Amino acid sequence: MRVIKNSFITDTVAELCKKAAYNLPQDIIKSLKSAKNSETNLAKEIIKLTLENAKTASKGVYPLCQDTGTAVLFVEIGQQVQIAGSLEKALQDGIKKGFKENYLRKSIVSEPLFKRENTKTNTPAIIHYKIVTGDKLKINLMLKGGGAENKSQIKMFNPTASKEEIIDFILNVVKTAGASACPPFVVGIGLGGNFETAPLLAKQALLRNKPNKNLNYKKLEQEILTKINKTNIGPQGFGGKTTALKVFIEYAPCHIASLPCAVNICCHSSRHAEVIL
Amino acid sequence: MNALNLINPTIKDLKTLKVRDLISLTSTVYVLRDMAHKKLLQEKVFPLNLKGKIIYYAGPTPKKKGQASGALGPTTSSRMDKFCNEFIKKTGIIAIIGKGPRSKEVNNYITGKAVYFAALGGLGALGGSSVKNSKIILYPELGPEAVYEVQLDNLPLIVAQDLKGNNIYGE
Repeated sequence: MRVIKNSFITDTVAELCKKAAYNLPQDIIKSLKSAKNSETNLAKEIIKLTLENAKTASKGVYPLCQDTGTAVLFVEIGQQVQIAGSLEKALQDGIKKGFKENYLRKSIVSEPLFKRENTKTNTPAIIHYKIVTGDKLKINLMLKGGGAENKSQIKMFNPTASKEEIIDFILNVVKTAGASACPPFVVGIGLGGNFETAPLLAKQALLRNKPNKNLNYKKLEQEILTKINKTNIGPQGFGGKTTALKVFIEYAPCHIASLPCAVNICCHSSRHAEVIL
Repeated sequence: MNALNLINPTIKDLKTLKVRDLISLTSTVYVLRDMAHKKLLQEKVFPLNLKGKIIYYAGPTPKKKGQASGALGPTTSSRMDKFCNEFIKKTGIIAIIGKGPRSKEVNNYITGKAVYFAALGGLGALGGSSVKNSKIILYPELGPEAVYEVQLDNLPLIVAQDLKGNNIYGE
């Protein structure tokens, strides 16, 4: 067994908070730069300001966005790894530390309906655990803003639904999201699984930075991206060719009666950071 | 594109603005969002004098020592739609900064009364560096949802609805 100390995990998660909140991923910057060349007028101006924002944030003084999000952690634990102390506590403490030390906004309230008291630590983080083979611990942190998350949707299709029906639904989600969710978007799509796993697949899709390995789904990602960029929503919803920067699909086996489709909208500020211990 | 400079604008200055104009705003604004709206409209005596002022739907990150403000950018305006008309009636504000389309009821009501500016969503670092001064003036217990008085210095904004009611999202 390989032993990993809980305090090391806490410090590592705190570092991930800083990295994600202040640094836009390189693949997003690359997409924005190419969008800048294809846009004109106001849309071009907005893309330029978006790149300037990323540059300002990377200096470590101001986070990319004031909504530093819900902290979502994807944790893969190798079966040969033993954690000294509580893993859950180590991860939550890492979020507390990261948000405090890096001056990130605490946006979590204790319960949804009656008191809505701010927990003042941005915890609890939402943590998804997966047990895998090996002796590594992989932690992927996503800081997910509320505006775009509010515009995400799921639909349970009939199993005989056509590709066109699925695309129509996705386009409709994107159009409904519109200017309020800070376009250009990164669109995460979960196909298959069931009512709880399809949205999780959609969220995991947002962590990718490469096209799908499966050729059918890769083509579908490209087709959806092209169609989204014909909606003329554009940067900030003021019109233009760049409504989405990327579309990623994750898929899973599903029941003979079902074809779940979840769409998780992410703003251009697709903040995530990964570490393998 | 050149931005129009707008410094401490009055309603007269705002009349010259047209939808889609890119402007650069230097002014004191009052930052508040969901919970502060709810609380303010429940107060027996409205505790702020906002006549002729500008409000901004936002909640900044905490500021570091010596910093004028943390990151600052707009939140979704449509969540404040249910409060907006009553808020304008009670306060006499002349402009709102936020992001995204609003309800017909709001668009119609604010026509002739207030300009709706769109700040650039997700550009909180630029927004924060366009602040000269900021302080909490009401409801500190709400943390990021408190009411802040913020001195903006050349914040880029887009005219989303002008005083004549022309709306960028309805084009």
